[in-house]
Amino acid sequence: MNRESCQHLLDSLSDYIDGDLGDTLCVELERHLDSCENCRIVVDTLRKTVYLYQVTAQPPTVPDDVRQRLLHRLDLSDFLEKK
Amino acid sequence: MNRDKLSSEDFSLEALRAGDKNEFARLVEAYSGVIYRLAIKMLENSQDAEDVLQETFIKAYRNLLRFDGRSSLSTWLYRIATNEALMLIRRRKHQTISIDEPLETDEQDQMPLQFTDWCCLPEEELMSTEAREYMDQAIDDLPYSLRVVFLLRDIEGLSTHETADVLELSEAAVKTRLSRARLRLREMLSEYYRDRLLSQDSVQGEKPQ
Repeated sequence: MNRESCQHLLDSLSDYIDGDLGDTLCVELERHLDSCENCRIVVDTLRKTVYLYQVTAQPPTVPDDVRQRLLHRLDLSDFLEKK
Repeated sequence: MNRDKLSSEDFSLEALRAGDKNEFARLVEAYSGVIYRLAIKMLENSQDAEDVLQETFIKAYRNLLRFDGRSSLSTWLYRIATNEALMLIRRRKHQTISIDEPLETDEQDQMPLQFTDWCCLPEEELMSTEAREYMDQAIDDLPYSLRVVFLLRDIEGLSTHETADVLELSEAAVKTRLSRARLRLREMLSEYYRDRLLSQDSVQGEKPQ
């Protein structure tokens, strides 16, 4: 991983897992991954890291007491019953 | 992810600006969930997150007339919320933090050191209660400038363009910060899961043949 080619490609990995890498760099990176086990592991575990954070993210909900205080503070208590 | 499916276009800016309480309540209901989740992850504290949530909508209400519509309503709300959170962190830590603080120049800092392939661990191990606590801690350990980009892009599901708009950064800066945040999180998670793999191996090794 200390090889120059690995370091050079490190900045591209994030774009790569987003499918957001330009064609030329993408070909270069995939050729490198075929021969570099450590970089392949970094790509796989990087992708898995993002996946784990996304699937374990809390749903975007506000606890009832927090919602009540928010609507009260905004002078919107009339809307408390509706949800 | 789990973004609310309502988009900014679903709200009448005219009604909001005219002080229509129904429309404002609809806006609050649509976006309070994502704003609260973002604030919790940014501040690691539910009381602070509630303060940010309230201040965000109070400021939004007061400033609707000045909202020029160049960005979407959601981007605008995220911007108010991230600024509020940043002010709270500054007050709390008595230190200056800026979203455009320079990144470390030491390239070695982001070079991966962990090369264990832990992808094969079973999902119940990868998402155990302990693993989730470790994941939360890893986010908390990120410097603010990286944490906020990771949360907006990978948790709230904003695009690079939207994140750049919220934080008033260039898209290139957002990409660089996201890359560094992800690599650091991968590094921290790899340390944790490597130990899980090792303990799994040692347990299997102890089994009688």
